[in-house]
Amino acid sequence: MATTISKPETLFGKRIRRQEDPRLITGTAVYLDDIKMPGMHHACIVRSPHAAAKIRAIDTAAAAGRPGVVAVFTAKDTGHLGAVPCAASLPGLRVPRHDLLARDRVYYVGHPVAVVVATDRYLARDAAEMVEVDYEPLPAVADPEKALAEGAPAVHPEWPGNVAFTFHQEGGNIEQAFSEAEVVVKQRITSQRLIPTALETRGVVADWRPGENSVTLFSSTQIPHLMRTLVAGILGMPENRLRVVTPEVGGGFGSKLNVYAEEALMAFISMRIQKPVKWVESRRENFTCTIHGRGHVDYFELAARRDGVMLGLKLKLIQDLGAYHQLLTPAIPTLSVLMMPGLYKFQNVSADIVGVFTNCVPTDAYRGAGRPEATHGIERMVDILAAELAMDPVEIRLKNFVGNDEFPYTTPTGLSYDSGNYAAPLRKALEQVDYPALRREQAQAREEGRLMGIGVSTYGEICAIGPSPSMPAGGWESATVKIEPTGKVTVLTGASPHGQGEETTFAQVVADELGVPMDDVLVVHGDTSVVQYGIGTFGSRGTAVGGAALFYALQDLKAKVKKFGAMLLDAPAVILSGGSCVDERTGKSVSFAEVAAAAYHAKRLPPATEPGLVSTHFWEPPNFTFPFGAHVVVSEVDRETGDIRIRRYVAVDDCGKIINPLLVDGQVHGGVAQGLGQALWEQAVYDENGQLITGELTDYALPKAHLMPWIESSHTETPSPVNPLGVKGVGEAGTIGCSPAVVNSVVDALSPLGVRHLDMPLTPEKIWKAIQGGQA
Amino acid sequence: MSSKKDPELPVQPKSGFSRRGFIRGVGIGSGVLGTTGLLPKEAAAAPGAAVVGPGPVAMTLTINGKPVNLTAEPRVTLLDAMRNYLDLTGAKRVCDRGTCGACTVLINGKSVYSCTTLAIDAQGKKIETIEGLPVNNPVSAAFVNHDGQQCGYCTPGFVMAAHGFLREHPNPTEADVEHGLCGNLCRCGTYMGVRKAVVEAAKGMKGGSNG
Repeated sequence: MATTISKPETLFGKRIRRQEDPRLITGTAVYLDDIKMPGMHHACIVRSPHAAAKIRAIDTAAAAGRPGVVAVFTAKDTGHLGAVPCAASLPGLRVPRHDLLARDRVYYVGHPVAVVVATDRYLARDAAEMVEVDYEPLPAVADPEKALAEGAPAVHPEWPGNVAFTFHQEGGNIEQAFSEAEVVVKQRITSQRLIPTALETRGVVADWRPGENSVTLFSSTQIPHLMRTLVAGILGMPENRLRVVTPEVGGGFGSKLNVYAEEALMAFISMRIQKPVKWVESRRENFTCTIHGRGHVDYFELAARRDGVMLGLKLKLIQDLGAYHQLLTPAIPTLSVLMMPGLYKFQNVSADIVGVFTNCVPTDAYRGAGRPEATHGIERMVDILAAELAMDPVEIRLKNFVGNDEFPYTTPTGLSYDSGNYAAPLRKALEQVDYPALRREQAQAREEGRLMGIGVSTYGEICAIGPSPSMPAGGWESATVKIEPTGKVTVLTGASPHGQGEETTFAQVVADELGVPMDDVLVVHGDTSVVQYGIGTFGSRGTAVGGAALFYALQDLKAKVKKFGAMLLDAPAVILSGGSCVDERTGKSVSFAEVAAAAYHAKRLPPATEPGLVSTHFWEPPNFTFPFGAHVVVSEVDRETGDIRIRRYVAVDDCGKIINPLLVDGQVHGGVAQGLGQALWEQAVYDENGQLITGELTDYALPKAHLMPWIESSHTETPSPVNPLGVKGVGEAGTIGCSPAVVNSVVDALSPLGVRHLDMPLTPEKIWKAIQGGQA
Repeated sequence: MSSKKDPELPVQPKSGFSRRGFIRGVGIGSGVLGTTGLLPKEAAAAPGAAVVGPGPVAMTLTINGKPVNLTAEPRVTLLDAMRNYLDLTGAKRVCDRGTCGACTVLINGKSVYSCTTLAIDAQGKKIETIEGLPVNNPVSAAFVNHDGQQCGYCTPGFVMAAHGFLREHPNPTEADVEHGLCGNLCRCGTYMGVRKAVVEAAKGMKGGSNG
């Protein structure tokens, strides 16, 4: 027993390199497609080449006769199984039954029609070519506004008009706000369809083990436990006979926050052929069959006084849902409505959503999920109002921010903003760029005929999703902490991180709380047989909800450790310090390893205490968290070519307390990269027949190394009172703050030409046309 | 859908290739049928036959300094050969079209997209993959120091591309790195970390460490 203990430096707030990296950097991490099993077969899915068609007949005989083919499945085989689940519920929502395989009709390009299973992936693909499907093509509609027009083809014949739902929400007195307004600005603003493009496509390996009467399903997913429940439901099998394992996940961004037909299909096929089966999505399949994001056409009206005080906001939101509902499809635009007031204190809002079916792959949660659309809307509208009133866009924001003394602040959409200091990041960012000097430079540039722009966005977002009443399947998170008999610590988190770095940040929290070295902590996730039920990683919730669950589990465990420590030291009470229990009266201590050994060997037990050192906590958050920030973009537009150069990108984000600045910076950079992609380059383009034109990475323009501006990232820290760590979440902030800052900057650059608004993406062609039009 | 045809498709040069900076010279047009008639030079390295395929043929590849044998159809790409026949799963399939760099390996010291290189064509050449790097090489260490990876899927390709780049540009600026690595995609957006990492790695390599 040692007698001197030094308290280690706390790790909270330190730039610590990631625990995850060694396996990633060496290429030894095991992703889905790296899994091989004895006897493993390969599946290839036959998909519809038509956006809308009747299936007259399917002939699988030729495919079934090919070498290596063991089975071909169609809806005749799978028709008794359940449908792909939609967890969102809205009043009057029309939910088309989306079978695992199409029965008699297809309604988007990529609709699964048959599955060919062979001993080899090449043979499976060869044979899939031989499946003959007799289609009768039908008219399709790919544009949500055209889908609403009189006489548009019906995506689902039973619902002519293509309306899946309408949803109205209002707060305050919108009519009064508009009647009192001295100025009203209106604008149609689109947030185009985007393809999430996780670099790792989706994939599934299903392994039926007849002796155990169970299926192990390996899936590249963000939600292993929810997947287990939902796939078991589709298959009609007991949930505890299905094990979902998430290997290393090569990016999700919301696209793997879902349950797709393939997970249930592969489990079913493995049971049928009595062999393991693997399916890995091709990139083309990923683009045509995995959810897209955004897909908004928004009509905004903003009422204000001439002094710049905003009074109320109206929104008509047309959401392109696609052909059917994936897990959360109809819920995403409701998040836009919740966040439509942004950081501003007007109390009058009215929103009408029309959810529209189109012959396209469904939209669903993509990084930001509803909040980038809302933020883009309000932040564009504020700039449009500023231009109308000839006010500085900074001044108008400062005039309308919710005040620091107003938290918790109740929004007209029913949210309670937890904490904030909205002017702080804006002022910090402006100081960093020397805003007055930039405006002077801009005036000079304009005299020289150069098109220089300064754009500001001040965003708010909703994170730590979320309290269970707001979520279809619960919004809590779980953590188990086990001190093993040797004193090493194992954490089982119900969150399922996939690149965010929680194996590191959680180990930091454990190391601080227990006083053990970080290297003694192992964070385990993504296996439903190992980890207690959890909700998953999405909505910037991993640390803000999962981390809080971990914190509380640690508190329970610490109490038990102290009981054993006190017993071993014959002390009435001990403190935890430096990885030991210390009797403060004598200075004597026992190490964690000694305490752990005593707890498991159990020769003696403290009063009313069971053996072992394990604690599990399910934490229900009392509220969301609401991060915020300011992004400032300085741009210059080439008058001849329409090319945009981002001269400076300054991001000041407030995500509450920061556990690891290295990882937070990474999240901001990544978020901004995806926001910039939307602002400047990316767009999922369907032609009028519902064919995806941007169907490969050759045609869909993602940000690359040489296109990314240098992001000057810094922070203000306003702790959240919602959880004990004071964290808010940062996964989506960059994406949400970015696109309006970029567009505001470019519109500012072009404003001398009379340009008031431009829809994304701001391609050089679009800018060039605007310049021509402006000068004409 | 073309996706189903991937393995048997001639690798078609799509219009997007030039736009997306297909800079590595991996011989798109040559990768069509894998017959000796079209590929006199490479086929000379193929053992024995004047015409090979379409059935499986024996090949020998030199990977990370060791000869490895496999039997595969001539249409099999180097990426598929490594991943599906040789259990070298470090290189990743992402686009399968020579646009993203996740499958990057070095062939005779130069960065190459292995998804658009036929395995049969890679015979007789020196192939280097992520598996052959020493664990603590300066590039990998710098990637960790600067948080140059999040989900890690693009990382092996980036690390190999960085090695290829640094062999040709031992003293790069960050701007050089941006352009030198513009053939590799990272959807997590770690480009800033990667830039810093490659510049740091260049300094480390000059210190005499193994590259």
